[in-house]
Amino acid sequence: MKNRFFAGMAPVAVLSLSLFASSALADVTIGVTISSTGPGAALGIPLKNSVELWPTEVGGEKLKVIVLDDAGDPSVATTNARRFVNDDKVDVIVGSALTPASIAVAGVAGETSTPHLSCSPVPPTISKGKWTFVMPQDAGLIARNLFAKMKADGVKTVGYIGFSDSYGDLWMGQFKAIGEQYGLKVIAEERYARPDTSVSGQVLKLVAARPDAVFVGASGTGAALPQIGLRERGFAGKIYQTHGAVTFDFLRIAGKAADNTIFASGPAMAPEALPDTAETKAEGMAYVTAYEKKFGPGTRTQFGPHINDAMAILKKAIPVALKKAKPGTPEFRAALRDAIETGGPFPASQGVFNFKADDHLGLDDRAVVLLTAKNGKFEITK
Amino acid sequence: MIATFLIQDGVTNGAIYALLGLALVLLFSVTRVIFIPQGEFVAYGALTLALLDGGKVPATTSLLVCFGAVAFLFDLWSMRRGTDVGTFVRSLALNLVLPGVIYGITIVLAPLDLPSVAKALLTILIITPMGVYVYRIAYRPLADASVLVLLIASVGVHLAMMGLGLVFFGAEGLRAEPLADDNYTIGALMVSAQSLCIYGATIAIIVGLYMFFERTLLGKALRATAVNRLGARLVGVRTHLTGVTAFTLAAAIGAVSGVLIGPITTIYYDTGFLIGLKGFVAAIIGGLASFPITAIAAIGVGLVESFSSFFASSYKEVIVFGLIIPVLIWLSLSGGFHEEE
Repeated sequence: MKNRFFAGMAPVAVLSLSLFASSALADVTIGVTISSTGPGAALGIPLKNSVELWPTEVGGEKLKVIVLDDAGDPSVATTNARRFVNDDKVDVIVGSALTPASIAVAGVAGETSTPHLSCSPVPPTISKGKWTFVMPQDAGLIARNLFAKMKADGVKTVGYIGFSDSYGDLWMGQFKAIGEQYGLKVIAEERYARPDTSVSGQVLKLVAARPDAVFVGASGTGAALPQIGLRERGFAGKIYQTHGAVTFDFLRIAGKAADNTIFASGPAMAPEALPDTAETKAEGMAYVTAYEKKFGPGTRTQFGPHINDAMAILKKAIPVALKKAKPGTPEFRAALRDAIETGGPFPASQGVFNFKADDHLGLDDRAVVLLTAKNGKFEITK
Repeated sequence: MIATFLIQDGVTNGAIYALLGLALVLLFSVTRVIFIPQGEFVAYGALTLALLDGGKVPATTSLLVCFGAVAFLFDLWSMRRGTDVGTFVRSLALNLVLPGVIYGITIVLAPLDLPSVAKALLTILIITPMGVYVYRIAYRPLADASVLVLLIASVGVHLAMMGLGLVFFGAEGLRAEPLADDNYTIGALMVSAQSLCIYGATIAIIVGLYMFFERTLLGKALRATAVNRLGARLVGVRTHLTGVTAFTLAAAIGAVSGVLIGPITTIYYDTGFLIGLKGFVAAIIGGLASFPITAIAAIGVGLVESFSSFFASSYKEVIVFGLIIPVLIWLSLSGGFHEEE
């Protein structure tokens, strides 16, 4: 019923974007499936907005972009991906914003030999797939940076509070896998759901366990709930937040409670503060400036840049593939996939992608910066 | 020490659930509608207050005007076979003039930095008429339908209102400023003024509802409709009027709940559903009929939730919603269950 309600809006999005699609059939066609409604809307809407900043042509070929909403639902994402492949004959699929939907798209991409750029993290079994490349930083990379920072800050015992879903499990899993290497011990593990109105119980238990620091495995403004609760109950230690929490809405809601907190983030949240030598600065500044010019100051997000980065990769890979085959053919898709896998490094806004046959994540430590919050702004810290 | 915190937290949330549960019981007994979108009124209320705090004109005002316009069209359609001037003027005033006036008031008042109580009242003023229009658009044409049809209509209204919430408020959550910022220390307990407001408002609404049903003619008409719809019509109670009254009350209670809960947590466009469900658990325990049992059960739901979030946070929702199962078994075994007439 909800999907039907918004199905009315999908054609509007397609129409507005098919402005790009005014000329011949040999254009490079890109199918984008994104959760701009439903539970992933907070992530999907900035992604959808970012698509509007894409160029109209690459390597002399017009781009035809088709955007569909999958409402974060894997079955809708599958239908969208099949439509892209069968009806629109796309050369590459981009999306989705939520992990389950991205897994579904990856399945179709692998089966139909279509290159796929995922805008959400996916499990290792999926990122090993031949046709799928992952844009966001994987949890392991973020966790290693955060854990190293915790070790440097002298943290030994950690209280963990996270979403009671796969996102929360993901970070707890990192503690179990590599926490010991950094001398970290989790002494309390609590869970909550994003729509919960109170986390007092969980917070009381965390505070009672007296950890050196608290790690919050949550995303968006939902991550602000334990942050505020912990400070209200007088927890004075450091709080560590994942890159999912790095949004201006978080700062707006947490206010003063966001002090003394370390956030992991992709560099695109604060490209201004990067040194000029950073490879991510040029792309990041260009993207953030364009985005905030169109959608207002302070609207940048952690998620939108993945769309920009997908295009940064395609900008270099499409011309290479064009030399080998014509768009719309299986040969072109194979050539494009090879160009993405071997054509790196691709400097982008969230990191420098350097894919290999056995590594479709492609990012290294250049894709993570550590931030603190000061006066409602994020600042880079060491 | 920890237990007192948990109890306080549980009672605060329970008071909100009690308001929702009461609204659900009220609506079900008068109109036989299981009103799933009750939570949406809460979310709309909280988000409207949060936007007013930011000095913005909340989108709910334009939504209200749209609702009114649609309701007016419905009225026009039902008047197509001719009508008298009085009915037409009344419909015009209720559906077009009223939201227009509220829209005007909000545009004038929103940029002024009003005291928080005034903002709360303005929020309630904006949300309450929505109940009238939702009834007019979705339920009045179905007034004589079965409970199941009304339930399906409720699901539709819920999804539509949630979708509109996403369009108008965006996907990220908002948090309103508290009505009062003070904290009081009673023994070891720290009580915030906001939670005192919640207790006060809940008690006031319960007492108010009691007085309304016991002392006023309209309240008695509502009770009569609840007991026997056909009989009430035979003795001259206008059941459409009782329907409108029930929905207006429910929307007002929803708006009050929203104003109360907005400052203590982050509200998203889709938060209302879960809060509403917990009120629904309480209403079920009250058999969808008893106000006092519902209120007590709601406090119980709040306490269970608060303690389970301390002892087994991963299983919190399972425990809270699991409460409903033994009650359902007991209700169906005790044979008090009667098919609708």
